[in-house]
Amino acid sequence: MSLLELNHLSTTYPGAKGAVVQAVSDVSLDIEAGEVLGVVGESGCGKSTLGRTLLRLVEPSGGQILFDGKDLTGLDRHQMKAIRRDLQVIFQDPFGSLNPRHSVGYIIGEPLVVHGIGDGASQNDRVRELLDLVGLPPDAGRRYPHEFSGGQRQRIAIARALALDPKLLVADEAVSALDVSIQSQIINLIAQLQKRLNLSILFISHDLSVIRHVSDRIAVMYLGRIVEIGPTEAIMNEPRHPYTLALLSAIPRPGVARQKRVVLQGELPDPTNPPMGCAFHTRCPKVMDICHSVRPVLERPAGSTTAGQVACHLYRDHQ
Amino acid sequence: MPDPALLSIKDLHISVGSRPVIEGVSFDIAAGEMLGLVGESGCGKSVTALSIMRLLAEPPMHIDRGEINFDGADVLKLDDRALEALRGEQVAMIFQEPMTSLNPVFTVGDQIAEVVTLHRDVSQEAAMARALELLGRVGIPTPETALIRYPHQMSGGQRQRVMIAMALACDPKLLVADEPTTALDVTVQAQILDLLDDLRRETGMAVLLITHDLGVVSQYCDRVAVMYGGRIVEQAAADELFARPRHRYTEALLRTIPASNIPGTELPAIPGTVPPPGQRPSGCTFHPRCHAMVDACPQTMPELVGDAHLIRCWDPAA
Repeated sequence: MSLLELNHLSTTYPGAKGAVVQAVSDVSLDIEAGEVLGVVGESGCGKSTLGRTLLRLVEPSGGQILFDGKDLTGLDRHQMKAIRRDLQVIFQDPFGSLNPRHSVGYIIGEPLVVHGIGDGASQNDRVRELLDLVGLPPDAGRRYPHEFSGGQRQRIAIARALALDPKLLVADEAVSALDVSIQSQIINLIAQLQKRLNLSILFISHDLSVIRHVSDRIAVMYLGRIVEIGPTEAIMNEPRHPYTLALLSAIPRPGVARQKRVVLQGELPDPTNPPMGCAFHTRCPKVMDICHSVRPVLERPAGSTTAGQVACHLYRDHQ
Repeated sequence: MPDPALLSIKDLHISVGSRPVIEGVSFDIAAGEMLGLVGESGCGKSVTALSIMRLLAEPPMHIDRGEINFDGADVLKLDDRALEALRGEQVAMIFQEPMTSLNPVFTVGDQIAEVVTLHRDVSQEAAMARALELLGRVGIPTPETALIRYPHQMSGGQRQRVMIAMALACDPKLLVADEPTTALDVTVQAQILDLLDDLRRETGMAVLLITHDLGVVSQYCDRVAVMYGGRIVEQAAADELFARPRHRYTEALLRTIPASNIPGTELPAIPGTVPPPGQRPSGCTFHPRCHAMVDACPQTMPELVGDAHLIRCWDPAA
């Protein structure tokens, strides 16, 4: 059994003038214990909403969230609070998520207080242990968030997220705001902790080179749907969906000559009014007639021997 | 350098109050050239860019010494009237977040036309016609419709195209682009960078591209200057710099990015953090984080030396 299993999960937001924004549409995926699943896509593709929905920070409009076999969608606040010990999150901007009026020690220890774990002394011990775990000095607990750099603040956010020994961590653009030289420190830290604690991570990022580095599998999202999912190597070396291909070729890599690229025309369509058929057909360089009217299903391509799935008519056997 | 420099900055020093931010920056840009100024936050790349158009908030910032020569003019000695003529007409600038540079209550057409009438003695109709032409030039799909739209009705990529159209209004000789694609998605980033590249090749406009993204400079710039701690630490042709990085900072930076590493392996991280202005260490600013420090490094700041490939390092990589 997978640690997390999403079945046909959908999330909608109210849009302007009574319109409905379909932020996440019919997403099904699973994460094994100790697995890192990378979710990549451009702004507005629904990747952050997906992360927030599975934590029930945003309510789903349909589908199931099975965590350890239990469906989270029906749980009340009390039941959800107990589950949250196992489900934690870190965000992009560590300053926005750390209360500036509280000491770092208080911030890291607060989850223990909220869940009534241990007494004051054991909570202090745990905070010291967590500071050490994320590479912060013991005296950091007495200081305040503004005294720390961006990278150190992200370490604080990670320490807090790990306070309750969660099973699953949602990392939403956790390294995106950091400088290049700091980004690799935090990527290394997350990777070390993931192995040491056998964490499952849903790693959300717009940066495919970061996703490639940390993930066992990758899911590519476009306009609320997964368009391709598979093992990291397969996605990077043999991308199938034209959108994955475009995303890969758009990343400028230092020292690599600008290749003959697939430069996509236009931008993401309006999510309140997504295109008919395949949502990508308005920008797809390989668009066919069928793409305008029939939405392709996410499935293993005909004749494929690998585990990857793709939602694209190019790979279906249409007689 | 074969071409005479369009812009030449020499030994520029800038402080905020008593804290030095820029500590001796020199570089040239020739007409039609794209120079990348790359570095992490706090290295002084944006302050350098703003100083070219004398857009620094003075006070608290002040230019302590140095020279900025643009097309024969000594920018630091220009009076307000001459600066007005320089800004927008000779040198134009685009920023990371186009929404904050656009006025939300005026249409896109009005805002572009305003730039035209500010610098050129033309009628409103002629200015609007120019705005329409520029919107087409920067690849806005239906320029006629875009003219009467407001900034909030456009996507981030389109707003950046509008900013570029405004920057091009008076055919500037130099475009300063400060993180122009950082807020955009990668597929849109590629469109905008391709546009800038086409424009400078067609018009001979020089571009100073300021970015933290090594991949972007590598693929679009002719030459690259790497900044750290308020100074240029390495400068070379882009191909040369990325093939043979010699300053230990550049070398470490290129090694640490995920794209240079095998997935799942530990990244060769650079320890410590970028020192903020006012807390820069003695000697070479990078020495506390350097993997190849020698005795001289904590003592004395090395000079930027070399012919075509300039390096400021006591013990550069071979």
